[in-house]
Amino acid sequence: MTDYTFWILLTASLVGITCGIIGVLLILRKLAMVSDAISHTVLLGIISAFLITQSLDGWTMFIGAAIVGVLTTVFIQMLNSAGVQSDASIGIVFTFLFAIGVILVSMFARNVHIDVEHTIMGEIAFIPWETVNWFGIEAPQAVWMLSIVLVIDVILLLFFYKEFKLSTFDPELAAALGLPVGLLHYLLMGMTSITAVASFDAVGAILVVAMLIAPGATAYLLTERFSMMFVLSATFGVIAAISGYYMAAWLNASIAGMMATMAGVLFLLAFIFSPTHGMIAKALSQKHIRTFDADT
Amino acid sequence: MRHTRLKTDTAIGLILSVFFGIGIVLLTYINQLPVGDQSGLDEFIFGQAAAMVSSDVRIISIVAIILVAIVVLLFKELKLLIFDREFAQGIGLPTTVLNGLLMTMIVAAVVIGLQAVGVVLMVSMLIAPAITARYWTDRLDHMVILSGIVGALSGISGTLISAPISGMPTGPLIVVSACMLFFVSLVIAPKKGLLIKAYRLKHLRKQTAREQILQSLYELAEEHYAATRSLKTFPGEDIQALRPLSARRFQKALKGLQQSGYVNVTNEGFYLTASGREKAHRVTLNNRYMQMYAMHEVRFANLHMEKQNWDFLSLPEEEQGRLQALLHEHKLEPTLLQMLQEGRTST
Repeated sequence: MTDYTFWILLTASLVGITCGIIGVLLILRKLAMVSDAISHTVLLGIISAFLITQSLDGWTMFIGAAIVGVLTTVFIQMLNSAGVQSDASIGIVFTFLFAIGVILVSMFARNVHIDVEHTIMGEIAFIPWETVNWFGIEAPQAVWMLSIVLVIDVILLLFFYKEFKLSTFDPELAAALGLPVGLLHYLLMGMTSITAVASFDAVGAILVVAMLIAPGATAYLLTERFSMMFVLSATFGVIAAISGYYMAAWLNASIAGMMATMAGVLFLLAFIFSPTHGMIAKALSQKHIRTFDADT
Repeated sequence: MRHTRLKTDTAIGLILSVFFGIGIVLLTYINQLPVGDQSGLDEFIFGQAAAMVSSDVRIISIVAIILVAIVVLLFKELKLLIFDREFAQGIGLPTTVLNGLLMTMIVAAVVIGLQAVGVVLMVSMLIAPAITARYWTDRLDHMVILSGIVGALSGISGTLISAPISGMPTGPLIVVSACMLFFVSLVIAPKKGLLIKAYRLKHLRKQTAREQILQSLYELAEEHYAATRSLKTFPGEDIQALRPLSARRFQKALKGLQQSGYVNVTNEGFYLTASGREKAHRVTLNNRYMQMYAMHEVRFANLHMEKQNWDFLSLPEEEQGRLQALLHEHKLEPTLLQMLQEGRTST
């Protein structure tokens, strides 16, 4: 394995783990479409940060994306409480912010390395060439960003594990116990935003949604335990990332696209073969019930 | 997806993004095949309205005309399908076929829109004009027409803005104009707009504050009169103690009541004028009727009070009599006016 392949695989795996972990919370809280919206609107955050600071520094983009991500949810919430149905408000807010982002990109940032196609599909193949040297370790910038985001996500998750668990499964009880449910919601949205922006370089805006949702959904079909879901989801994220890379190399196709495809394939496998919720298991148990009925 | 424990939004997101991934894989795979006619593919993602040729326009027009024709011809059936699916099924409409047709029409609309605004932003072209129209009308036929007009307007304005500036993408500008129209409607639409709602809320708050003060004064006077057979002025703190309001709102409401001649002010405090007593009596009676209604809602289910703005005094005599009887039972009838009259006749 060359150095180049190693960095790509590491980046892809980090994307898989980070997105997998966040995805579990998003799925259980029925926020999958909101994450779709956020992953699009981070483009606006990135480009605004660039226009304000005139630099392509990772940190400013981080902050910009996190702010716009949280703003997206705030706007959705506002439209919702103004009487617009939730799916329509998600649709309006994210296309609006995304459109503004695209306009800004094509007006002011044509010559910068944020181009529109890049935002959609990511450029994982270029990642190993943009290295930075921090703490004496020469590693691609994306790897640094993803690792830091992963650490932040994991720390927040461990720190608020009980709170997240309770407010996910029984928000009323959590609110009654005095947990800051709204704050947790926005915290999760912030985590989703920084995850999306860190994964942005690698897989782009739309495919990050696949990496967020698919591993979590796969894990959801295989386990009943909250903690187990995180482990499984992260594992599936990594498997999708690595198998996606090799498939892409074999077919000479888009790596990010192939990662999303493999995440979908894993989901399909779980969908068919899961021992508890899979199609085969369900068909068998139904048959079992029928023969049981016939016997009695 | 109906057969799993996944929620709808997860299912949509999953299918959407994974299929998009497959699409990208195919796109990049096709791009390196040695065949022609592939260069335009990534334009579908963002749309390239300026790059359309006349044959594209012809195809789009034909499809659009067909779609509009279907909507016009099957308007009644589609309307029924949307609002009451079970009923439509009950009277023998082929709902599955109609639903399939509707989905096909949506797909057709998306496909012809792709070239203009692209995949990602197509979503907002489907949503924004429709909810904009929803703010202006409650009728489906008006909504359909209005939505079409809004869509056309945003298309025209987006194109006009983008045309003179080089490098401005048309699709996103169309979307931004559509969203702008929506935001404007959200704020200024009559009946449902935010401005009118805020105004109504403010008005309601003002009215409630006034009524609260009137009722408090009335109740204070009632109690005092029952004990001492005399009227008196009450300091602001007494009124506030009964039904607390914020200081600002309290002052404002009192000033309003003075201007309307319901309340007079002296050095010691406030008292109800004669017309104020009449008004306060009505307010108190209405609120106590409301109390009775809330306690015995089941018995008054026929009244549909929420549709009548909770105005109990405009009810027919007979219904008021029933409420009055309940008030009597609970000893809650407002009695100040009666006591005053009795006091006057006895002296």
